[in-house]
Amino acid sequence: MKAASQRPLPGQAAQPVIALHHVHKAFGENVVLRGVSLDLFPGENVVVLGRSGTGKSVLIKIISGMLQPDSGGVRVLGDEVTMLNDKQLQQLRLKIGFSFQHSALYDSMSVKENLEFPLVRNKRHLTRRERRMAVDRVLDAVGLSQTIHQYPSELSGGQRKRIGIARTLILQPEIMLYDEPTAGLDPITSTEINNLIREVQQRFNTSAIIITHDLTCAKTTGDRVAILLDGHFFREGSFEEVFADRDERVRAFYDYNFTG
Amino acid sequence: MDSEQSFPQPESKPPGRERPVLSAKLDAAFTSVYRVFAFLGRFFKELFRPPYEFNEIIRQCYDVGYKSLFLICMTAFITGLVFTKQSRPSLSNFGATSWLPSLVAIAIIRALAPLVTALICAGKVGSQIGAELGSMKVTEQIDAMEVSATNPFKFLVVSRILATTIMIPVLMCFFAGFGLWGSYVDVHSNESTSFTFFIEKAFEKINFMDIWTSVVKALVYGFTIGAVGCIRGYNAKQGTMGVGRAANSAVVISMFLIFIEEMLIVQIANVFR
Ligand SMILES: Nc1ncnc2c1ncn2[C@@H]1O[C@H](COP(=O)(O)OP(=O)(O)OP(=O)(O)O)[C@@H](O)[C@H]1O
Ligand SMILES: [Mg+2]
Repeated sequence: MKAASQRPLPGQAAQPVIALHHVHKAFGENVVLRGVSLDLFPGENVVVLGRSGTGKSVLIKIISGMLQPDSGGVRVLGDEVTMLNDKQLQQLRLKIGFSFQHSALYDSMSVKENLEFPLVRNKRHLTRRERRMAVDRVLDAVGLSQTIHQYPSELSGGQRKRIGIARTLILQPEIMLYDEPTAGLDPITSTEINNLIREVQQRFNTSAIIITHDLTCAKTTGDRVAILLDGHFFREGSFEEVFADRDERVRAFYDYNFTG
Repeated sequence: MDSEQSFPQPESKPPGRERPVLSAKLDAAFTSVYRVFAFLGRFFKELFRPPYEFNEIIRQCYDVGYKSLFLICMTAFITGLVFTKQSRPSLSNFGATSWLPSLVAIAIIRALAPLVTALICAGKVGSQIGAELGSMKVTEQIDAMEVSATNPFKFLVVSRILATTIMIPVLMCFFAGFGLWGSYVDVHSNESTSFTFFIEKAFEKINFMDIWTSVVKALVYGFTIGAVGCIRGYNAKQGTMGVGRAANSAVVISMFLIFIEEMLIVQIANVFR
């Protein structure tokens, strides 16, 4: 009886890890989000597509509690993010990996120190050897073991992205938020990153929101695609479903990426 | 999905803030004053709340103190030497060169040590803090810290302000010491005064109040340098240009404030003297 109650109930498994409910956000008169709703289910990758400035970054900053929504519900792993105090928010953030648009590596620290930083800060009980092992494990996962003693300024854009992803993986998050993982990268490096995102999903068992305006990325990494337009999700579904649409703004997006 | 509804384009509205209450400029001025006090309020709140970032504070103290030490000592030595040399002719007219040590000591301990140390550090440390935090801000490193469950304010800001507040008085002591040494070198080569006699003479006219005032000054200047650098850096905007602006304004504003504080503290000290 006891063992059975520890297993997730059938209904529980379908509980979304992220549930956004009519989220609104404006900066002064600049209304960015006008009622965004989205469910992210366990083990799923959802791609958010949208033009520059539509509020994609704002959306995931709201999910991680860096920005407060004006109204609406933001439920992450069962917690209402807007209701949490500082300490609870910190606890929640340990379970969220945030990969930044421009990597955001600490440039005064080496790759090793960058990767160790979240561990040193949040898992103080770890020994030096355990930390080293964790660093090696994530570096291996992103395939950059040789860069361990280099500084961010000595890395290429693609390498930095991957180290940034490694840094978020080190705390073994349940949710990954990728902000434009392939922006500004050549097609081959982009493919590598796309494969990495898939690999992370399988190897580390994460659910992810991937923000991009690169449709190849969307197609390869996403189980589901949502298009952010005019401050809300305009279309949502599988890649094929969404782009079967005749709406000119959806077409324009598709044409730019694949025929333009 | 409510795809049929057409929402107004966000771009169609003019970007900017709500209608100003007084005038746009006055509003901005009051808002920025409010922000400064909010920042300082947050500093004092976080300062006393555990966990304390001891390692980071020590690292910053090393950065602020040790790395400026050579510059401060060199400047102090030269200042002491030159100041003594320049003052000698006017004193020797009255045959009063024996007053040189106490004159120089008063000048250095009361005025030059805290002020010059602070100005040098405003240039060296203040600009560094402004640029460092500014670039961390615009490249989202501060956000990255926040999402990896580290309080960036405590880690970056509190440790830096504490470091400057602690280290500027320490550097000031070095300045005073090396300044007097520089002065001694000149006095010794002209009047062949012994070191003990020089020190005796130098501290003849210095009282506890002088030293105390200088320490208070240095503490205040240190806090000013750290706080201004952090405020400018932490609130940097607009990419690379914002970083430059943060570094630049950190120096200009803190130097300006240091002179104003100098004036106020001297006035207050004179009341107690
Ligand atoms: N902290 C902020 N303060 C004020 N306005 C902001 C802030 N963050 C974002 N905005 C505004 O919100 C809008 C959306 O910004 P956001 O960064 O989310 O765009 P994005 O969809 O991520 O675009 P990109 O693809 O270029 O990264 C922009 O108009 C921006 O000016
Ligand atoms: Mg963005």
